[in-house]
Amino acid sequence: MMARFLYRPVLVTGLVITLALVAVALLSLVWTPAVPSKMQILLKLKPPLSAGLFGTDQFGRDLTSMLMVGAWNSLSTALVAVALGASIGTAVGVFLAARRGWAEVIGMRICDIIFALPPILSAMMLGAFLGAGRFTAILAIATFMVPVFARLTFGAALQIWTRDYVSAAIGMGRSGLAITFTHILPNISNQIIVQVTIQLGLAILTEAGLSFLGLGMPPPAPTWGRMLADAQTYLGQAPWLALLPGLAIALAVLGFNMLGDGLRDLFDPREQN
Amino acid sequence: MITILTRRILSLIITLLAVSLLVFSIMNLLPGDPAAIMLGTSASPDTLAALQKQMGLDQPLPLRYLAWLSGMLQGDLGTSYTYSVPVAGLIVERLAVTLPLALMAVVLSVAIAVPLGVTAARYRNGPVDLIVGLFSYAGIAMPAFWVGLLLILLFSSSLGWMPAGGFPGWDAGIGAGLKALVLPAVSLALAQAGVLTRVARTSVIEVMNEDFVRTARAKGLGEGAALWRHAVPNALIPVVTMLGLQFTFLVAGAVLVENVFNLPGLGRLAYQALSQRDIIVMQNVVLFFAGLVIVMNFLVDLAYLVIDPRLRAKAQ
Repeated sequence: MMARFLYRPVLVTGLVITLALVAVALLSLVWTPAVPSKMQILLKLKPPLSAGLFGTDQFGRDLTSMLMVGAWNSLSTALVAVALGASIGTAVGVFLAARRGWAEVIGMRICDIIFALPPILSAMMLGAFLGAGRFTAILAIATFMVPVFARLTFGAALQIWTRDYVSAAIGMGRSGLAITFTHILPNISNQIIVQVTIQLGLAILTEAGLSFLGLGMPPPAPTWGRMLADAQTYLGQAPWLALLPGLAIALAVLGFNMLGDGLRDLFDPREQN
Repeated sequence: MITILTRRILSLIITLLAVSLLVFSIMNLLPGDPAAIMLGTSASPDTLAALQKQMGLDQPLPLRYLAWLSGMLQGDLGTSYTYSVPVAGLIVERLAVTLPLALMAVVLSVAIAVPLGVTAARYRNGPVDLIVGLFSYAGIAMPAFWVGLLLILLFSSSLGWMPAGGFPGWDAGIGAGLKALVLPAVSLALAQAGVLTRVARTSVIEVMNEDFVRTARAKGLGEGAALWRHAVPNALIPVVTMLGLQFTFLVAGAVLVENVFNLPGLGRLAYQALSQRDIIVMQNVVLFFAGLVIVMNFLVDLAYLVIDPRLRAKAQ
């Protein structure tokens, strides 16, 4: 198992990037090189290595510390949103697969409709009423994730429902709910894990977009997206302000995507090509 | 064919109606009075009451929904509170920027993805495949709005070859208009190309193993000819599917990229409507975008039926 694991460069690279990201995010809870919200105007717009590892922003705040706390803000928002969307979506998907009939037709159509609303737009609508903030961002991302997981688990569950051992369980008089918990969910859990990993990347990307538009966590909490939005004004003067947060987002998304792909290959070698 | 078409169009109409109901519900059932939100806290009760009446907020909900729908059918989407112009005109005006931008992005992404995907499939597991794979990972991971910032940094701030943002309008000439859209379209296209390259590669590899490609090779056709003449056209269906599925992300990307480049498109309009709390504009723009996504997927569905006769038979 260990050797099988180590010979997979995509999986290992994804895992290393993701673990590093999680480690930095967790570390930021107990330690950062400086207080991320502390302004030191005299030290403003210092390039990397001249003040702290990654320099300072327009208010002289330490960029390293802001990026670290940004990792936590971004990751925690993405995690909660995906957990929420995946749980509801999976429940809907396996329910529809067990029920079929009209429930399936109506349920899948509702999924199509929700899927047509990009999270950026639903966040804008929600933001107008609920105000911008982490809650709005989580709600918008989670809503978009529901149809993603509902469709995936519905399709996967349908396949399991046709298996002989499920027919046997039906013959033994077991209820749909019992079969779902004992046979369906354990057999589709790998696919759910892979999808959760890949959607975490997408959630980070979306959260960054929302923060960029001012629909994420309000200041002074540093988020990668808002750091990029602020960097626009100083693009010619301090390009590192635009480079570093973007690089952080790209790395995080890359890590989750590679991890997801690697896990898929590990779980199901037939999918690999 | 006509029966299938009627059934599909009917289903499209029902879906569009359902989306309009969803958007309307979000905008009207959430806590908060739209008129109060639009006017802010300093408005007098008289002004508030007047706006509530103008927006029809004194009417019951179902009536308001029906009024919105019937207005829509007549091309009347209401009047923007901030711009004091009809919303329909505003959308058409902004569409003149967003539509060419989206089209350019789609064309560019296909132009990048298909050759890359096909080459990667042909030299599978070699160094070229690896490089294409890395490109595709990078394309998917980089946020489009960040790519936009990097492009501005390189081509506008440093080299001065391209405008850093803004749109001169189509009156200034097609060349000037297109030039302003090049960098935004590239930012949008890269992420799309990342996804499409993967799909194209996988799909070509699958088709290359099909019997008809083997027959083509057995007839003495070279590897390149078998690939481009037989495998690639058949491998394009999944690419078209993905293009349809990715449209949601293209729309989301456009909202962000238009804001980076200060383009007066629909995405920027939605954002401005949000900051100015112009609920009427927002409700319509959001519905327009969602409708666009649904119609796009409908067209992709139709495209299958045209491309693949097997699906036509199955649908009947």
